[in-house]
Amino acid sequence: MRFMLLFSRQGKLRLQKWYLATADKDKKKMVRELMQVVLARKPKMCSFLEWRDLKVVYKRYASLYFCCAIEGQDNELITLELIHRYVELLDKYFGSVCELDIIFNFEKAYFILDEFVMGGEIQDTSKKSVLKAIEQADLLQEEDESPRSVLEEMGLA
Amino acid sequence: MTEGCPKHCILMCVLLISGKSKEAEIKRINKELANIRSKFKGDKALDGYSKKKYVCKLLFIFLLGHDIDFGHMEAVNLLSSNRYTEKQIGYLFISVLVNSNSELIRLINNAIKNDLASRNPTFMGLALHCIANVGSREMAEAFAGEIPKILVAGDTMDSVKQSAALCLLRLYRTSPDLVPMGDWTSRVVHLLNDQHLGVVTAATSLITTLAQKNPEEFKTSVSLAVSRLSRIVTSASTDLQDYTYYFVPAPWLSVKLLRLLQCYPPPEDPAVRGRLTECLETILNKAQEPPKSKKVQHSNAKNAVLFEAISLIIHHDSEPNLLVRACNQLGQFLQHRETNLRYLALESMCTLASSEFSHEAVKTHIETVINALKTERDVSVRQRAVDLLYAMCDRSNAQQIVAEMLNYLETADYSIREEIVLKVAILAEKYAVDYTWYVDTILNLIRIAGDYVSEEVWYRVIQIVINRDDVQGYAAKTVFEALQAPACHENLVKVGGYILGEFGNLIAGDPRSSPLIQFNLLHSKFHLCSVPTRALLLSTYIKFVNLFPEIKTTIQDVLRSDSQLKNADVELQQRAVEYLRLSTIASTDILATVLEEMPPFPERESSILAKLKKKKGPGTVTDLEEIKKERSSDMNGSAEPASVNASAVSTPSPSADLLGLGAAPLTNSAPPPSSSGSLLVDVFSDSASAVAPLAPGSDDNFARFVCKNNGVLFENQLLQIGLKSEFRQNLGRMFIFYGNKTSTQFLNFTPTVICSDDLHFLNHFLCLNLQTKPVDPTVDGGAQVQQVVNIECVSDFMEAPILNIQFRYGGTFQNLSVKLPITLNKFFQPTEMSSQDFFQRWKQLSNPKQEVQNIFKAKHPMDAEITKAKIIGFGSALLEEVDPNPANFVGAGIIHTKTTQIGCLLRLEPNLQAQMYRLTLRTSKEAVSQRLCELLSEQF
Repeated sequence: MRFMLLFSRQGKLRLQKWYLATADKDKKKMVRELMQVVLARKPKMCSFLEWRDLKVVYKRYASLYFCCAIEGQDNELITLELIHRYVELLDKYFGSVCELDIIFNFEKAYFILDEFVMGGEIQDTSKKSVLKAIEQADLLQEEDESPRSVLEEMGLA
Repeated sequence: MTEGCPKHCILMCVLLISGKSKEAEIKRINKELANIRSKFKGDKALDGYSKKKYVCKLLFIFLLGHDIDFGHMEAVNLLSSNRYTEKQIGYLFISVLVNSNSELIRLINNAIKNDLASRNPTFMGLALHCIANVGSREMAEAFAGEIPKILVAGDTMDSVKQSAALCLLRLYRTSPDLVPMGDWTSRVVHLLNDQHLGVVTAATSLITTLAQKNPEEFKTSVSLAVSRLSRIVTSASTDLQDYTYYFVPAPWLSVKLLRLLQCYPPPEDPAVRGRLTECLETILNKAQEPPKSKKVQHSNAKNAVLFEAISLIIHHDSEPNLLVRACNQLGQFLQHRETNLRYLALESMCTLASSEFSHEAVKTHIETVINALKTERDVSVRQRAVDLLYAMCDRSNAQQIVAEMLNYLETADYSIREEIVLKVAILAEKYAVDYTWYVDTILNLIRIAGDYVSEEVWYRVIQIVINRDDVQGYAAKTVFEALQAPACHENLVKVGGYILGEFGNLIAGDPRSSPLIQFNLLHSKFHLCSVPTRALLLSTYIKFVNLFPEIKTTIQDVLRSDSQLKNADVELQQRAVEYLRLSTIASTDILATVLEEMPPFPERESSILAKLKKKKGPGTVTDLEEIKKERSSDMNGSAEPASVNASAVSTPSPSADLLGLGAAPLTNSAPPPSSSGSLLVDVFSDSASAVAPLAPGSDDNFARFVCKNNGVLFENQLLQIGLKSEFRQNLGRMFIFYGNKTSTQFLNFTPTVICSDDLHFLNHFLCLNLQTKPVDPTVDGGAQVQQVVNIECVSDFMEAPILNIQFRYGGTFQNLSVKLPITLNKFFQPTEMSSQDFFQRWKQLSNPKQEVQNIFKAKHPMDAEITKAKIIGFGSALLEEVDPNPANFVGAGIIHTKTTQIGCLLRLEPNLQAQMYRLTLRTSKEAVSQRLCELLSEQF
């Protein structure tokens, strides 16, 4: 996989993950172009399209589009299910996930994706293993976090 | 569940997403950025928590799509924290925001090094993820050696192994030269047997990527992958527990294993091959079973495996039974209610169409595909249908397919029109038996989609009309009629202008298309056209002056008008002035010579095909098409001399030609043999005796054989030439294998080995004595024949012999030449010697004529092990610990020829910094030093 994008129906980018070094300028251009192409498509159309020299696999979940760019020889259907498995992982973790969860907890969305896909290839397909890794990290985090008063936080912001 | 962001961050988020306008958002963000900047710059040192907080905010702002140009240093500081969350945010920031800024990379690498050494699996995981995310060359330099060790160490945790495998894969993708192959590779292959399916999945991805470039090293993975696959496909849907996805056992791993197997030819071991065939059959069978779940995930996962299996079947292209089953399965999908499946079926069938086994089976679906073109609602599916029609097209259905595509073109989406135009143009040319059909098709193309007809297309139609005199009259008549339309596309004016300028005389006899009418028709379009077209028309006019002297004054009047002679465009003005002058002062003879009919174009690859390849990538223009193209290229070509009869008829006499252009319609062209009677293909085989020029790319291949003796020397769509050779002293034997890659017989197959003239001494003694036996002149489809060449090196030589192959394939004559890699260094015998001996001899060969030196830039990555292997492959001994500088390589050996033996010493000094080499050869014979130096310099 070359990259993965999550964006909203309004064309707001919510998550981007690049698996091949790409210049910022090109990234922006590609994101803009691809969002335009995908958002223009109608609901019943097929989930695959050719775009530049890549194949794009996308699926819409509620207000969010999940969009993967893969290479010529990669398998489209399994990529579609990779997206679904990622959504399942997010759902399991957040408890019926919605766009706001991903906005507020963007770093979690990244960590879960990292545990699931690495270097553009799937790392572990078992829901249990991925979630276990995330939960362990959360445990470490709780041990870490020193309690602070919410008011103090608010004052700082 | 824990809150990832600190509270205030969420507050900010809420503010931002509820922000009323873009300006408000930008204002809010700029304020926040200013605040963070001041915190980072402030006198008070920030504690880890605050640092994390602000870095996290920056990340968030970046992810909203704003630029972030600071905070990198703070993020790097977080890496060395012992607090997990701080480290984690630090790594995330770096993964998302750092590009290879060298200063920072060094600091980051240090932090990563510490975490990798920590043996704490969580920290190791973060570090590996970071390497994989950044994946820069600097990172590869720092860690490519270390990660394989982590990967194969016995005590590494499974999760770390998975990360290490994929991390290495990522580094290999960016910097393959920095990942050293070694002992670890065999242990990685055995990860395919690992108990943990997650490890197997990650390892399979890694092995697949590595095996594509290093197939030999990973050959053993084939049998392991087959047995793993077999265990998965035969397992019950619950056996694999969490690795079962909607009742499909381990679909991701299955797809990956099938993909790995596509790096290799079908397994040679019959047991493995049988088992694999069983697996593929099982997968095909399962597709027919009723679904275990109604969920789309179930069918997607199942079909993902099925499509990958079909890809493997197509890749192997060896089991007709499986290919036909695959084709039938795809045929079912063509009518499936899921758009996704229809799309994929069309795509897969494209590749199936290029297999000789399944081409016919694919063709049976033509009606369904044409229907898809008409009824699919999604343009990307229609695009696939166009591709498939193009792929399944052959002589039998070309007329139907071209007609359907032209039909579709009328309503086609703008985004794919140009491509369809190219495809129609190619098919029409490729399968034109009747060239009037070709001319009609292209003119239709211009009429329907003139804006999308690129230059290549209309150039091509002109090339073909000029090269084929049987169609010229028809072409002139047709363009004349097409130009009558009140509004016609400018491209038609161009084609019309050119063709009437050349062949207008062929229709001038008809009063309805008399010279004056032709001229007036063209000139009526003149003022509506762009400058380049007008320039072309002016050339047509001057050609008319020559073809039709009776309208000379009319044309001169036009050229003389102010709008021409004083045109603001320099090119038009110049043409008008020059043409007017030419028509006034030149005698009829001179005019006829200057404006003589265009000579035929040299045959070359169709420029439109090249354009389509460029547009779609070479992979998409499939093999079979190439073969078909080759089959037909001679039809249009004019390269071969035609029968004597044909040229005698059309060429009354050379002098009459120059004068009588207008009168003798079926005319000449300057070199008499070029009027190609190209449908009389049979005459070609007798007249072709010339040796073809060297095949393109053959030089590269030749260079590859300097240091090795076996491999594939040449391959095109029809033929593969493999070599196996062995040399001892001044003798050698070479086995040449000719493989017919098509399913059609090659006839009159005659390979000839030719020593080029340079191989001869002045006194005509042979330097190289080659003996071959003729091979059977018939090579069946799919068969391989072998030819032995016995070689004797009589004396040192420079040029390699040429292998010329001529044969007939499906009615066309094929002629190609490749250099045969018999080079002087093949007669090397290595000589071991001590450092002392070496330098003593080195000094003895100090005559400036005996030494040849070459300083050159490295063409390949400078890897010491590869260099060593190449020097040994070159034939000399590699002398270790001889040169005082251990980075240098020295070698020694003796070249054996029948007449003499020549001692050779060589020294190669790499300069890594400059990426250069200095190569020095010293031998007792100047020519030998020279030749060896040339040969070896090409290798690095």
